Amino acid sequence: MSLQFNNEQMTEFKSLVARYPEGKQKSALLPVLHLAQDSFGGWLPTEAMDYVASLLEIEPIEVYEVATFYSMYNLKPVGKFVFEVCQTGPCMISGSENIIAYIQKQLDIKPGETTKDGMFTLKLVECLGACGYAPMMQVGKIYREHLTKEKVDAIIAEYRMQVVALN
Amino acid sequence: MGVKLLLEKANVPGIRTYDVYRREGGYAAAEKALKEMSIEAIVEEVKKSGLRGRGGAGFPAGMKWSFIAKPEGVPRHLVCNADESEPGTFKDRYLMEFLPHLLIEGLLISSYALGSNDTYIYIRGEYAWVATILEDAIVEATKNGWLGKNILGTGFDCMIHVHRGAGAYICGEETALIESLEGKRGNPRIKPPFPAIQGLWMRPTVVNNVETLAAVVPIIKMGGEEYAKIGVGRSTGTKLISACGNINKPGVYEIDMTISVEDFIYSDEYCGGIAGGKKLKACIPGGSSVPILPANLLLKTAKGETRYMNYESLSDGGFATGSMMGSGGFIILDEDQCIVKNTLTLARFYRHESCGQCSPCREGTGWMEKILQKIELGKGESSDIDLLWDIQRKIEGNTICPLGDAAAWPVAAAIRHFRDEFEWHIQNRELSQTSNFGLQHYADPIHVPA
Repeated sequence: MSLQFNNEQMTEFKSLVARYPEGKQKSALLPVLHLAQDSFGGWLPTEAMDYVASLLEIEPIEVYEVATFYSMYNLKPVGKFVFEVCQTGPCMISGSENIIAYIQKQLDIKPGETTKDGMFTLKLVECLGACGYAPMMQVGKIYREHLTKEKVDAIIAEYRMQVVALN
Repeated sequence: MGVKLLLEKANVPGIRTYDVYRREGGYAAAEKALKEMSIEAIVEEVKKSGLRGRGGAGFPAGMKWSFIAKPEGVPRHLVCNADESEPGTFKDRYLMEFLPHLLIEGLLISSYALGSNDTYIYIRGEYAWVATILEDAIVEATKNGWLGKNILGTGFDCMIHVHRGAGAYICGEETALIESLEGKRGNPRIKPPFPAIQGLWMRPTVVNNVETLAAVVPIIKMGGEEYAKIGVGRSTGTKLISACGNINKPGVYEIDMTISVEDFIYSDEYCGGIAGGKKLKACIPGGSSVPILPANLLLKTAKGETRYMNYESLSDGGFATGSMMGSGGFIILDEDQCIVKNTLTLARFYRHESCGQCSPCREGTGWMEKILQKIELGKGESSDIDLLWDIQRKIEGNTICPLGDAAAWPVAAAIRHFRDEFEWHIQNRELSQTSNFGLQHYADPIHVPA
């Protein structure tokens, strides 16, 4: 098997499993899938799910049924930065539709698509619990709130710069 | 200024850290509870306080605690519900983000009272940075002897673990949350058995909301009787309200439940009025699943009395003319908002979040979304309104968990109070694509259905 946690990830895996009583290691499945997704390029190929199943000593189907149930697990490849824009009521009445249309225009992609350079994916999501700071989106582990067109431009530029800086 | 019991110290610089929290009087309630009080006395204070579950259902917390089974040799668990996912609700996030040690202290006292040696915080997966803040606070609390073995020499061991969910509204329902915590899909369980008898890993379990558990700290500090003096009737203590939508000052506010809805919306201390000087059209006062109310029924009850921000007053008139306190997610819609469209986004939300276990909810939420979409896009027929009404009635009460009800109520209330707006959409297919129904409802000042 080629997909495997490195030493640091394995230490994290063990500390996650240690949060639950002995014999109840399946309870660590959700946190471990987060770790796997973060470790293996932002999504969960079948190989990654099978690997998690073997680590937790459960059947692969027990992992598949969980990975397909929860919206945060990506079952196909995504861009380097995933824009998850909230479209539920409170965000909608605060103007999320304009923001979504603007992002589509700026990145030239539709919801669910990834830019050709593999940089950005646009995902429409349901309420993220930031209704007072609407419109908003989640990018990775942080929230970008009070979005305006100018702010969207700045955010896109910021992530492009990040990649340039890394290269 | 109203009484502040939870957010009093929220603006103290550095309050997120243990040192500042402790210096500001933090962990004094935990010390009092563990050193000076018996387990029975703690439960008694919570009962006397009249504290009701702050997650949405409003069930008395002390009573919930007293149901926990105590079979010999079986571990018990306290689980903190931090899955906050009801649209319009973001109060628990605020509390955890700025006052993590207040929650840890509340969890410690509650774990002691319930005999939970391993307590879990189930936090929604998207609040990843909040989970990190909590984990840091747990490390600090452990270093300073408030968690771990033999806390304060009492012989009581307690560890708090953070468990991140992964995006599923349904996991806010306590048995779905337990399933998820066991590493499964969030499918609610059939009750009974209730979690208090067979919960996490089939062990006796109590699941409480973040705000409920944080409120245990002031209750222990001041005593249940004093706490119960704040507020009115069965709405005791303070409540966090997360206000959003078309208002000048969206945010999280702590209120003492004696303030009127009108003052809450228009006073500068709270929402600061409707944004842009526009008129108030409607409000969903307790999170997206509670009935929407038109402005005239929001500010006054059907009897013409002032409506207040508390459990009893918000539900005055039942679902015919009232709503619910719910989770405290307070959503304001101004005169430019379209009720059909707003209802459509909520219907889409519930379709997305239905776990798929019960047919009425799985199928019904999908049909409600499709029909609302049709009306919104100017393709509706007059029979669609009755069809929607029929579907929501067939969902309500026919599912294992309350998600079915939560999906049905917003649709029912929108039709109940804004039927003329739905009809206008259907009769003016083209016009409705470019223009808005606005405040035409209020041509008829008494908009109270029988």
